[in-house]
Amino acid sequence: MSGVTPARGLDEAMFDAGPASGSPSRPGRRIRFRGLGLPIYTVLALLFLLIPIAYTFVFSFNDSGKLNIAWQGFTFDKWTSVCSVQGLCESFGNSIIVGLTATVLATALGTLIAIALVRYRFKARSAISLLLFLPMATPEVVLGAGLAAQFLTLGTEKGLLTIILAHTMFCISFVVVTVKARVASLDPALEEAGRDLYGSPSQVFWRITFPLLLPGIAAAALLSFALSFDDFIITNFNSGSVDTFPKFIYIAAARGIPAQVNVIASAVFLLALVLVVVAQVSRAARAKRLAKLLP
Amino acid sequence: MAASTASFAESGADLELVGITKRFPGFTAIESLDLSIPAGSFFALLGPSGCGKTTTLRLVAGLEEPTAGQILIGGKDVTDTKPFQRPVNTVFQSYALFPHMTILENVAFGLRRRKLPDPVGKAHEALKLVELDHLASRRPAQLSGGQQQRVALARAIVNRPALLLLDEPLGALDLKLRRQMQLELKTIQTEVGLTFLHVTHDQEEAMTMADTVAVMNKGKIEQMGAPEQLYELPRTAFVANFLGQSNLFTGPVVSSTADAITVDVAGVPIVVPRTRAQRHAGEVAIGVRPEKLTLFTEAPAPAAGRNILGPGRVTDVSFSGVSTQYLIEVPGIGELVVFAQNMVFGPVATVGTEAWVSWNADHGFGLDDDPVDIPRSVLSPVGPGDSTESIAIQRRIALEEELEQA
Ligand SMILES: Nc1ncnc2c1ncn2[C@@H]1O[C@H](COP(=O)(O)OP(=O)(O)O)[C@@H](O)[C@H]1O
Ligand SMILES: [Mg+2]
Repeated sequence: MSGVTPARGLDEAMFDAGPASGSPSRPGRRIRFRGLGLPIYTVLALLFLLIPIAYTFVFSFNDSGKLNIAWQGFTFDKWTSVCSVQGLCESFGNSIIVGLTATVLATALGTLIAIALVRYRFKARSAISLLLFLPMATPEVVLGAGLAAQFLTLGTEKGLLTIILAHTMFCISFVVVTVKARVASLDPALEEAGRDLYGSPSQVFWRITFPLLLPGIAAAALLSFALSFDDFIITNFNSGSVDTFPKFIYIAAARGIPAQVNVIASAVFLLALVLVVVAQVSRAARAKRLAKLLP
Repeated sequence: MAASTASFAESGADLELVGITKRFPGFTAIESLDLSIPAGSFFALLGPSGCGKTTTLRLVAGLEEPTAGQILIGGKDVTDTKPFQRPVNTVFQSYALFPHMTILENVAFGLRRRKLPDPVGKAHEALKLVELDHLASRRPAQLSGGQQQRVALARAIVNRPALLLLDEPLGALDLKLRRQMQLELKTIQTEVGLTFLHVTHDQEEAMTMADTVAVMNKGKIEQMGAPEQLYELPRTAFVANFLGQSNLFTGPVVSSTADAITVDVAGVPIVVPRTRAQRHAGEVAIGVRPEKLTLFTEAPAPAAGRNILGPGRVTDVSFSGVSTQYLIEVPGIGELVVFAQNMVFGPVATVGTEAWVSWNADHGFGLDDDPVDIPRSVLSPVGPGDSTESIAIQRRIALEEELEQA
C-alpha cells in the first residue's frame, strides 16, 4: 500500500462526486484509487455491518439442540417449529401488540402536540418544547426505574398495560420531534386557503394538513414501532411477569438461545427488507411517471 | 348548506368596512379604517410594503379577527363569521396551491366543499377561462410561476364569490408576464362581473387596472378615487409622491379670493385655485406635477394666471427618449423637477445654465398636510423605500435586459 488509508479514500470519493474538475496532472494515482481503494473499503465496511445479521440468518437453519453456537448441519425444522419453544411466540405476539398500540397512541398524541407547538402561541409553549426532549436525554434505566416506582405507588399491576404506557411515553418525544419538523415546513397559507375555499376545520385537517404531514407521521410511526419493539431496559422494569421478545431473549440467553429466536429475528429482518424494496420501487416508478409528464 | 349557497350571487356584492381596527400585540396594524367598495368594481388598495394591505384582506376573508369595527358584504354583517362561511375567495400572494392534488382537484376543491353539482365540469370551465385546461391532470409543482398564478385565480373564481381578494397576485411574475396578466385580470373581471379587491404596492399596476384606487399609508386610507383624479389632485404629500412625483412648497396664505388663494413661497406669490386646495388659510403646503412645468433660460414675462419661480441653476439633466428630466436648484426654495417633452433636438438647457420655471396656476394643488411634515424636496420621497422613480428605473433596466435576450 502506498500510504493509502480508508479516510483518504473517502475524501477522494467525495471529491469525485463534486463537479468534474479533476487534476489531470496525476491520472495514475487517481485511477488506481478508484479501481481498488474505494471498493475494498466499502466492502469491508459493509461486511462489518452485515456479518451479525448474516450470522443470525444462517444459524436459523442450524440443526442444533439446546445450544445454537456451533454449526451442526442444515435444516428447515426451526422455521417450521418456531412456536414449539415455550413462551417464544407468546412473547413475540406481546411485542407486536405493545408495538402497534404504543405506536398508534404515541403517533396520534405526538402529532397533535407537534401541530400545537408549531401553529399556536400559548403559555409555557417553549417550556413544553424543552421538557419533551427530556425523555430522549434521560438514561433508560432511570426512566424505567422511575416509572416502575410510580406504578408501585399507584398500585397498578404490572403487565401489558404498563408496558404500553411506558412505551407510549418514551415514543411521544420522538414523534413530536419528527413531526414538528414537517409541520414547520408546511406553509400555513395552504391551510388558510383550505378555510378560504369553504373547508370546515375538520375538512381542512383531513384533506390538507394530514396528507401533507403524512410522510413525517409515517416516519414517526415507523420509528416508534422500532423503538418499542427493540426496548428491553424500560420494559424489564415495568412488565411484571409478561415477556416481550427482547425480554424473552435476555432470559433465554442464560440457558442458551434456541435457533427459533434466529428464525423470528431473520423473519423480521426479511420483512423490513421487503418493505424497503417495495417503497423504493414504487417511489422510482412515481418519479418516472412524473418525469414523463414534464416537458 | 342551502343558506350559505343562496348568498353566492351571480354578480359581485359591495363591501363595507366600518371603523375597522386591528391591533397585534404591541402593534396597531390598522387604525379605524372606513372603506366602501361598490359591487362589480375593480378596486385597488395601493400602499408601500408594511402599511397593512395584507392584514386588511385577511380581515375581509375572515383569517384574522378585527379588534374593533364591522365588515359588511352585500349589506350583511359578516364580522363574526368563519372564513368558510363568507362568500369571499382569496388569491394568495404565494398562490398556496395544494401540492398533493392535481390542478383539477385544486380548482374543484371549493365546489366540492360546498357540495355543488358538477364540480369537475365547472373546474374545467374555469381552467378554460385561464387557458390551462390542458394541464388539468398535472400537479402544481409541474407548472411555471405564471401558470400557477392562473390556477390560483381559477381556483378562486370558480366559486363565483361575491368578492374576490387578490394579494399582490402578480408580484412574483417577471415584468412581461405581469403586464400580460394585468390585462388578462382586467378582462376576466369584466367578463365574470365580480367585485375585485386588488392589493398592490405597484402604483402603475393600480393605475392601469383599477376603477377606483385607495392609497393606504400606515394603516390608514390617505385618499380614494379614480386613478386620474388621484394623480391630478392629490390631497396629501404622501399621495402626491407615491403616485408619480411632485414639486412641493410651503408658505403662508397671504391673500384669498373667491377663486384662488395666494401663497407666499420664499417671497414669491404662488396662486392655487381655491377648489384645488384643501386648506385656505395659515401655513399651507402646495404642489405641482413636474410635467406641468415649463422651463425657460430667460426670465419669462409675468402673465396673469401663471406662476413663475426663478432664477435658479440647472444641476442635472437626464435624457430618457420622449422626455428630459431637469433638476433646478432655486435659492430659498430647493430643488425642482421638470419633465420636458423633447420637442427640439437636444436639451434646451445644460448643467449650470440659469433657468426659470412657470406653470399654469390652474394646475397647482393644495395639500391637507401640516406644512412642517413636508420634506422640502421631492428627492426625499415620503413613502418608505418605494420611490416611484427608482421603480421606474428598475423597470426600464429589466425591460431592456428582456429585450436583449429576446
Ligand atoms: N401576526 C402579526 N403579528 C404582529 N404584527 C403583524 C402580524 N401580521 C402583520 N403584522 C404587522 O402589521 C403590519 C402590516 O402588515 P401587512 O398587512 O402584512 O402589510 P402589507 O401587506 O401592506 O405589506 C406590518 O408592520 C407587520 O409587521
Ligand atoms: Mg402584503
